[in-house]
Amino acid sequence: MPEPSAASTEITASTVEHLAGLARIALTPDEITSLTSDLDSILTNVAKVGEVTNADVPATSHPIPINNVTRPDVVADVLTREEALANAPEVTDGMFRVSSILGEEQ
Amino acid sequence: MTELTQLTAADLAAKLASGEVSSEEATRSHLDRIAEVDGALNAFLATDREASLAAARAIDARRAEGAELGELAGVPIAIKDVLVTTDMPSTSGSKILEGYRSPFDATAVARVRDAGLVSIGKTNMDEFAMGSSTENSAYGPTLNPWRLDRVPGGSGGGSAAAVGAFEAPLALGSDTGGSIRQPAALTGTVGVKPTYGGVSRYGAIALASSLDQIGPCARTVLDTALLHDVIAGHDHHDSTSLDHAWPSMAGAARGGSDPASLHGLRVGVVKQLMVDGLQTGVAERFEQALALLTEQGAEIVEIDAPHFEYAVAAYYLILPAEASSNLAKYDSVRFGLRVAPEGGGTVESVMSETRAAGFGPEVKRRIILGTYALSAGYYDAYYGSAQQVRTLIQRDFAAAFEQVDVIASPTAPTTAWALGAHAGDPLRDYLNDATTIPANLAGLPGMSLPIGTASEDGMPVGLQLMAPAFEEARLYRAGSAIEQLITDRDGSPFWAQAPALDAASIASASTGKAAN
Amino acid sequence: MAKTKLMDFDRALELFEPVIGLEVHVELNTKTKMFSPAPNVFGSEPNTNLAPVCLGLPGSLPVLNHEAVRYSISLGLALGCEIAEVSGFARKNYFYPDMGKNYQISQYDDPIAHDGSVEIELASGRVVHVPIERAHMEEDAGKLNHVGGSTGRIQGAEYSLVDYNRAGVPLVEIVTRPIFGGEADTPEIAATYVSTIRDIVTALGISDARMERGNLRCDANVSLRPRGNEDAGMTVLGTRTETKNVNSLRSIERAVRFEIQRQAQILSDGGSITQETRHWHEDTGETSPGRPKSDADDYRYFPEPDLAPLTPSRDLVEELRAQLPEHPTLRRRRLRESWQFSALEFQDLVNAGLLATIEATIATGVPPQTARKWWTGEIARISNERGAVSSDLITPEQVASVVELIDAGTLNDKLARQVIAGIIDGEGTATEIVEARGLAIVSDDGALIEAVDAALAEQPDVLAKIRDGKVQAAGAIIGAVMKAMRGSADAARVRELVLERAGQAGE
Repeated sequence: MPEPSAASTEITASTVEHLAGLARIALTPDEITSLTSDLDSILTNVAKVGEVTNADVPATSHPIPINNVTRPDVVADVLTREEALANAPEVTDGMFRVSSILGEEQ
Repeated sequence: MTELTQLTAADLAAKLASGEVSSEEATRSHLDRIAEVDGALNAFLATDREASLAAARAIDARRAEGAELGELAGVPIAIKDVLVTTDMPSTSGSKILEGYRSPFDATAVARVRDAGLVSIGKTNMDEFAMGSSTENSAYGPTLNPWRLDRVPGGSGGGSAAAVGAFEAPLALGSDTGGSIRQPAALTGTVGVKPTYGGVSRYGAIALASSLDQIGPCARTVLDTALLHDVIAGHDHHDSTSLDHAWPSMAGAARGGSDPASLHGLRVGVVKQLMVDGLQTGVAERFEQALALLTEQGAEIVEIDAPHFEYAVAAYYLILPAEASSNLAKYDSVRFGLRVAPEGGGTVESVMSETRAAGFGPEVKRRIILGTYALSAGYYDAYYGSAQQVRTLIQRDFAAAFEQVDVIASPTAPTTAWALGAHAGDPLRDYLNDATTIPANLAGLPGMSLPIGTASEDGMPVGLQLMAPAFEEARLYRAGSAIEQLITDRDGSPFWAQAPALDAASIASASTGKAAN
Repeated sequence: MAKTKLMDFDRALELFEPVIGLEVHVELNTKTKMFSPAPNVFGSEPNTNLAPVCLGLPGSLPVLNHEAVRYSISLGLALGCEIAEVSGFARKNYFYPDMGKNYQISQYDDPIAHDGSVEIELASGRVVHVPIERAHMEEDAGKLNHVGGSTGRIQGAEYSLVDYNRAGVPLVEIVTRPIFGGEADTPEIAATYVSTIRDIVTALGISDARMERGNLRCDANVSLRPRGNEDAGMTVLGTRTETKNVNSLRSIERAVRFEIQRQAQILSDGGSITQETRHWHEDTGETSPGRPKSDADDYRYFPEPDLAPLTPSRDLVEELRAQLPEHPTLRRRRLRESWQFSALEFQDLVNAGLLATIEATIATGVPPQTARKWWTGEIARISNERGAVSSDLITPEQVASVVELIDAGTLNDKLARQVIAGIIDGEGTATEIVEARGLAIVSDDGALIEAVDAALAEQPDVLAKIRDGKVQAAGAIIGAVMKAMRGSADAARVRELVLERAGQAGE
């Protein structure tokens, strides 16, 4: 896995387009331009996290460590179908309706 | 403004308990106050007069029946729109959730209702709590009740302004990097971020799951504590909720109301939190507060926390990373906005168009940043390192709390800035959070309380206190004592010093603005 | 679809060594879902088994199902795995409308179970140890129904309808290490491995394990490496394809065989294999390309902040280890020896998933061959006809009650088939059906003699032949009598009576 340092971090418009694709946001050309520069300047500032870390430092993903939190296997909190569908933009036959998954060329 | 809106929650609760005042009257006064000032302030995104009055009457009826009610029963409360509620829409300040109705109440809201408090509305916020000024709300900015040309801070500017402008005596907030504490500082109110897991996150629209924490907002330390006691506690709906026997925070606040209780308190001042760009008037008030503490026999200890300078960097990797994932659910399929491209499009293009139209610029910026920080080849350098920095910051705190009982700092480096002043410079907003972020990264409790106004602009200055995890009672005890010292110094409680805000002053402020 | 060019299987094996890796998803049969207290039930009305978490509603949070943890540890132990001291969950981020949150909660760096081995036995008696890399817990996705276009396919659909009932159903994904040395047995190894997993989870009682319902799903990775490169070490593999969701044992065997032949043909033609997912088509017996692997598969895994890590106590692990049932391969060996079926007969039972059913039937006292005959015969016929699972239609005890009536002479096989149909149709117990339908063998000689005499009278020529000692001619009379009695007669007794009455008539 490459280890980019602050210096090697180079954000281009195509990086931003790729990220926008992963994140499912249709950006305008202007947004791509401004986000390219924003992302570059932010990353330059945040890349310093690499300065003080090394393999011996454990990562903290949960600020207050607790383990083995489970619930009993008992049915609860069930939504009625009306509740489940109440906020849906489009419903057909009791299901959430979406556009076709594949485009015509596929 | 009636007398009822001027009462603290504790005093109002006493009048409700004695029967001197009904919840319906109290609720109506606050709704009237909202009607009077909120057209200008924009602290509320939703109110439902009839629903709130009905809830108030129900509490009055129960009281009349002799039911055993909580201490705050009948007291109105404002709820940050980050919390889902069944009685009003929940949008988290975003267009993408406009009109969204939750089938369930957030646990904090359910607890508030169970305790008999009356919800009077949902408060404005930066979209998905991303921001420090409430200017990122999709529904327009909230203004600072101290000066209508200033921001109230953020993301919980709505809750802080509502409390500060006497629209509500209490409010719920959420704090991911300072969103309760910083607006409290900028509006001259009190706010507490509990220990991570102290209050359930169930029903809080997630920003960054490992940082988010729900907490209380009010005008006094005791009111904040009373609300804290209502919302804290274990919830099986939240796997990160702490199962802990919490002491009464109200008890701690009452116990601390005698400033003599500060005697022997060891107060740490972290060099790294006295950040560059600290406004002179803020620094002055902070020094004065330390002097007041010293006078009472508290001991001030300078602390070195070398990794705090990496906190903002770590935070602006962890938050966007978690947010990019948490906000993926807004995809137009099950709820929320749907925008289809011309000709219909595939589900992928509908999702992309919806998210392009439904998210504001700051949300897009952070999603893109977070997506980058997690992506293949960059995870270790960014997200991974940021999580390691978190460990180092926790170690710095642990070392500090071997020497001191609480840590004090200015809550924010500056007082409230002018609306639009930070526009187009995200980094400037980010750096403004340097003082509040370390507590979120480490999961510790933090409080902001007002300690005076800044000499250069007359705007409120907040003092931040931080304590070890599970030790928020220390914050309430010390905070209550400091509050008393400020009241004694000024001759009146800080909240009573807020400039009068009424229809007339609003009109003249807007005329003044037009003249500029 | 153009017919894919395939190399002869034997030739492919001369040129290449096939290497496979299998990913099996097992749906657990807990009462509720993995991270939500919504019901885990198959076949409900769309969008009725939902809690806020299943839809990713704003503010909803996952909480782990305790029972699912126990099931997963038991499964890990049955796969010979180590149970992790510390295990955690991660988010796998990708957008797809069947996922309420647009991320799947799974396990990434620290699965609940790792490094195991499963012994399987092929029909030939060859024993293979399949190395297990890991078994991890995750949640299932909802279901998309494609509308418009042809036969519910995604291609050409106008729109899709999403049912989230399955979203969040607990899954354990079992991942093998590459399986080397399978050679010509490779396709059978794949199928036998999956059937062994099915038997393991059935024996543990942790999954309904019905492949046709998707309780058990297999993705098969296949790659080839040219002969003569064995020295290059175990790590050098050819480019693999992943054939998704092959949902019957027979299809797994066919799909692996197909991919070996297809890849061999491409490679020997000088082509190269595209790393891609492929889809198996039951109707054509072929795989077709899905989407190629690309950098769009950047799942951005990170530790799930909404869930706490798991540190299963060693006491719990040992408690669950002590409760493990007999290993299916050992059990198969034991059952085959005790029942004394031929290898083929036994394999049929394994493939049909009938071992437990047969075992239960035999336990009631039914002889092994009799049990086998009924379950693989009439009951299998009816269940195929109805597209149902045989053990859903009739219980081992009900079968035993029918066999009992045969042994008592009340029923013959033909009548018994009608009784079984009656039981399946819910008409009551075997005895009740015999009575209601009037199916008992007529053993009253009076009625039989009347029928025999009538038949003899109708066919005087046959009667003459019998009297001339041509006993085999009696068959025609017996047939006529059986027809007249609508099967409810004991053919042997009828024969005796025919001969007797033919003799008597001459006196």
